[in-house]
Amino acid sequence: MIPAAFDYTRVGSVDEAVQALGQHGEDAKVLAGGHSLIPLLRLRLAFPSVLVDVGRVDEMRGVRDDGDHLVIGAATTHDEVMHDDLVRQHCPVISDVVSQVGDPQVRHRGTFGGGIAHGDPAGDLPALALALDATFVIAGSGGRRDVAASDFFVDYLQTVLGAEDVLVEIKVPKLGSDWGHNYQKFNRVAQAWAIVGSLALVRRSDGSIDEARIGLTHMGSVPLRASATEQALAGASTDVIADACDQAAEGTSPPEDLNARADYRQHLARVLTRRAVEHALGG
Amino acid sequence: MPRISVTVDGVTYEDDVEPRLLLVYYLRERLGLTGTNVGCDTSNCGACTVLFNGRSAKSCTILAAQADGAEVTTIQGLARNGEWHPLQKAFNAEHGLQCGYCTPGMIMASVDLLEHNDDPTDEEVRHGLEGNLCRCTGYQNIVKAVRAAAGEVREGATS
Ligand SMILES: Cc1cc2nc3c(=O)[nH]c(=O)nc-3n(C[C@H](O)[C@H](O)[C@H](O)COP(=O)(O)OP(=O)(O)OC[C@H]3O[C@@H](n4cnc5c(N)ncnc54)[C@H](O)[C@@H]3O)c2cc1C
Ligand code: FES
Ligand code: FES
Repeated sequence: MIPAAFDYTRVGSVDEAVQALGQHGEDAKVLAGGHSLIPLLRLRLAFPSVLVDVGRVDEMRGVRDDGDHLVIGAATTHDEVMHDDLVRQHCPVISDVVSQVGDPQVRHRGTFGGGIAHGDPAGDLPALALALDATFVIAGSGGRRDVAASDFFVDYLQTVLGAEDVLVEIKVPKLGSDWGHNYQKFNRVAQAWAIVGSLALVRRSDGSIDEARIGLTHMGSVPLRASATEQALAGASTDVIADACDQAAEGTSPPEDLNARADYRQHLARVLTRRAVEHALGG
Repeated sequence: MPRISVTVDGVTYEDDVEPRLLLVYYLRERLGLTGTNVGCDTSNCGACTVLFNGRSAKSCTILAAQADGAEVTTIQGLARNGEWHPLQKAFNAEHGLQCGYCTPGMIMASVDLLEHNDDPTDEEVRHGLEGNLCRCTGYQNIVKAVRAAAGEVREGATS
C-alpha cells in the first residue's frame, strides 16, 4: 500500500533533530533506517505528519572506544555494527546477535538504535541491550541524559523516549575474554522474528560460573531478564544449570499469537535458556 | 516537495518527489524502470531489491527522498556493453527461474553476496538470500546458478 501523506525533513545534527521534533510536536517521528517505520506507514498503522530523517547525522554513526565501554552511534546500521572491529574484539556477542536480525537487505538499512527505540519485545536488540546493562544517551529539549536499559522499555512499542527525544548513542561495557555468550533465537522460517529468544552471557572461572546475565526476547510486552535463573547460576557449579534454567520463565507473562501459546513460550524460554547457557560455557 | 538528485544505472536524475513516494515506485513509475518488481506489502519478499550505494536493499522500504545523493543499481543496469552479467547468464543456464518474478531481486541480492564472498557454499548462498522469496523454484536451481556465477566471476577476476 501507499503511505498516507506526510512531510519529510532531513537533519544534519542531533540539535537540529531535537529542534525539528520540538517544532512539529507530537505528530513528528524520527526516521532512521525506516525498516520498522516504513512497513508501518505502508500498512497505514502509523500516521505521522512529519518524518525527521536522522539517517545521515554523522555524530550518530559509527563505533568508538571509550575506555571500559564501547559507544555505538544509534544510526549505525546493523551491518556496520556486526562487522565493526571494536565490536568484534570487545563485545562479540553484539555481532553475533545482530547477524541474526532480519536478512542482509534489512541489515544494510536498519539501524542499531532504531531496533532499540522501536521497543518491540520481539526484536533481538532490546534483550541484548538489557542483558548487557547498556546505557542509552538521549537528547531532548532539556539537554542530554543517560538512561539505563533497565529503565528504558515501558510497554509494547513504548519506551521512555518522548516526542522530542532522539536516541543518540548506546554505551555498552567491554566484556573480557572470560565471558562466553550465546543467543538462541527460535523461529520457524528464514528472516522471521523470534517466537522466543534467550541470550546468555556467562562469566566462567574454572569449573564454576561467576556471573550469568540472561536476556529474554518476546516473553512479555518488554524485554526481560531471567533473574531467577541468573541468581541460581551466580557462583554455582555447572551441575546446577538444568535446575537453574527451569526457572527461566518465572514471573513472565508472554503474549499469545498464531505462532505460540503462552505456556509454549514459557517452555521455550526454559529450553532455550539451558541451551544458551551451555553453549555460552563452551559446551 | 523534497528535490532529489539520484543516480540510477549510471544516469543522474533530478526530481521533485512527494515524501511518501517509495523508491521502488520512483524507479518504476517515474523513471519507467519496471525491471524492479513489487511482490509484497511487508518488506519480506525481496523482489524489489536493488543496490543502494553498493549494498543490497529493498527499494519498497526506502523513501525516494532518502535516495537523494545516492547511487542505485537495478537489474537493468547490470549488463555491460550488451553482455549479460555472469549472474544473469547463470540464472538462464541453470534454470534459476520459472515465472521470473523474484529473479531481478534474487540477482541483485546475489551481486552483493558474491561481492563479499566469491566462493560461497550452498549453505552460504541460502543464508545470503534469506531476504528473497521464490514461490516457484524451490531454490535448488537458484543456489546452483549463484555458485556457477561465482565460478565465472572468479575466473573473470584472474584472467
Ligand atoms: C523483513 C524484516 C525483518 C526484520 N527482522 C527483524 C528481526 O529478526 N529482529 C529484529 O530485531 N528486527 C527485525 N526487523 C526490524 C529491523 O531490525 C529494524 O531495522 C529496526 O527494528 C528499526 O530500525 P530502523 O533504523 O529501521 O528504525 P526506523 O524504522 O527508522 O524507526 C523505528 C522506530 O524507532 C524510532 N527511532 C528510530 N531511531 C531513533 C532514534 N535514534 N531516536 C529516537 N527514535 C528513533 C522511529 O521514530 C520509529 O518509531 C526486521 C525488519 C524487516 C523489514
Ligand atoms: S516488495 Fe516485497 S520486499 Fe519489497
Ligand atoms: S521464479 Fe517464480 S517466484 Fe521465483
